[in-house]
Amino acid sequence: MPISINGADHPLPDDPRVSLLDLLREREGLTGTKLGCNQGACGACTVLLDGERVLSCLTLAVQAEGRKVVTVEGLAGHDGGLHPLQQAFIDHDGFQCGYCTPGQICSAIAMAQELGRGDPSHVTADLSHGPDGPTRAEIRERMSGNLCRCGAHNGIVEAIEEMLAGEAA
Amino acid sequence: MTPFSYRNASDRAEALALGAAGDARFLGGGTNLVDLLRQNVESASELVDVSRFPGSIRETDTGGLRVDASVKNSALAAHPLVRSRYPMLSRALLAGASAQIRNMATVGGNILQRTRCVYFYDADGAQCNKRRPGSGCDAIGGFNRYHAILGASEDCVATHPSDMCVALVALDAVVHLAAPDGERTVPLADIHRLPGTQPEIETVLRPGELITAIELPSATAAATNSEYRKVRDRSSYAFALISVAGGLDVVDGAVAEARIALGGVAAKPWRAKRAEAALRGLPATHASFQAAAEEELAAAQPLEGNAFKVGLAQRTIVAVLQSLAGDHA
Repeated sequence: MPISINGADHPLPDDPRVSLLDLLREREGLTGTKLGCNQGACGACTVLLDGERVLSCLTLAVQAEGRKVVTVEGLAGHDGGLHPLQQAFIDHDGFQCGYCTPGQICSAIAMAQELGRGDPSHVTADLSHGPDGPTRAEIRERMSGNLCRCGAHNGIVEAIEEMLAGEAA
Repeated sequence: MTPFSYRNASDRAEALALGAAGDARFLGGGTNLVDLLRQNVESASELVDVSRFPGSIRETDTGGLRVDASVKNSALAAHPLVRSRYPMLSRALLAGASAQIRNMATVGGNILQRTRCVYFYDADGAQCNKRRPGSGCDAIGGFNRYHAILGASEDCVATHPSDMCVALVALDAVVHLAAPDGERTVPLADIHRLPGTQPEIETVLRPGELITAIELPSATAAATNSEYRKVRDRSSYAFALISVAGGLDVVDGAVAEARIALGGVAAKPWRAKRAEAALRGLPATHASFQAAAEEELAAAQPLEGNAFKVGLAQRTIVAVLQSLAGDHA
């Protein structure tokens, strides 16, 4: 079975050592997903696998067989316009060099789903009750797997807050 | 990365048959094994993927909880029964790694993950008895801030990095294992080995044996009145310097039941049996907690870079117990 990437089927690599990240970048030309540490420490390679955020550098491409991968290239609307979170990153200076941005955006989109279904986080005070909505503390904790060496975290959190407020409205 | 083949096992029988071959390795989420293969710390002839087995979390006939090995860390942390009956387990999972990694990592893989000792990882430049038996240990005279203070040896001072296992050992979890010739159960407390003279042998699992599930006994009062506190160099997404899984039941001002386990201190999740025994029946006071913490750490043998861990472990144990005792203390 092939891998679905942004809605289109792609063949599996012959060599099982190929990571999902290398498949995306080197074989499919989808260079939006970034290679940072290549060892699961930075989050730059975050993509959505069957809707959940994962690290493509530590996922073997063969493990994605028959599953749906969405990368930053797959987030734009049908008219080609920006995803609301992409626009919010621009509006709030959520990046400087931009290298971590695709991973930040994919991560935040999945994070919004996790918050929406009431999954707790490390900073959630009451486990039984669940999170008290999208507070800054919740957003910061839930985004801790995505590092930004330019230090744009304040803008990133503001952009995510705007997206979440838009979803709630 | 040396070449390997890959098979997505369709069921347990196929996985066990494939896993019995030569240098085959079972693959869970891959968050540790893929990295180790890439760093040439590990090699395998074949990866047998068991991460896509159906994973369920269900109550047992005796009121406990059985969790399939393929359940993702994020799913276990968010499960309503874990949150309500075994909060220290939810807390431990949520304190570990990042959301992306918790979405990938399986329960079975979490148990079998390997130390993050930097010398273990440095296949080209460092000596490590765990990676290459007999070659020496560069951590003992090197950067050992993150290393063990309990149960270590002259050959290895590595720590087990899991948060989940610290809570599981405090909750008396049992591990279900399967092999081609049958099944068995082993308490989680007995799964990991202390290094001794053979740090390369980290668990009691036999070659080709597969973790199929973990089982928690029905929740006691101390399992439910529980928490997990992790002290680390940054407030999220970092391994523990010290962590404490604690559970406490206080009746008429006295400790009826205490469950305490430590992370970041040893090659295995460290059940603090001495502290638990010392506390039983004592008044639930700061003085009792302090004495119990000192009792547990009396055998500590810190290294040059981690002497701070002895006091930090004691203070963290006391803080967790104080918090759990609430108005009683």
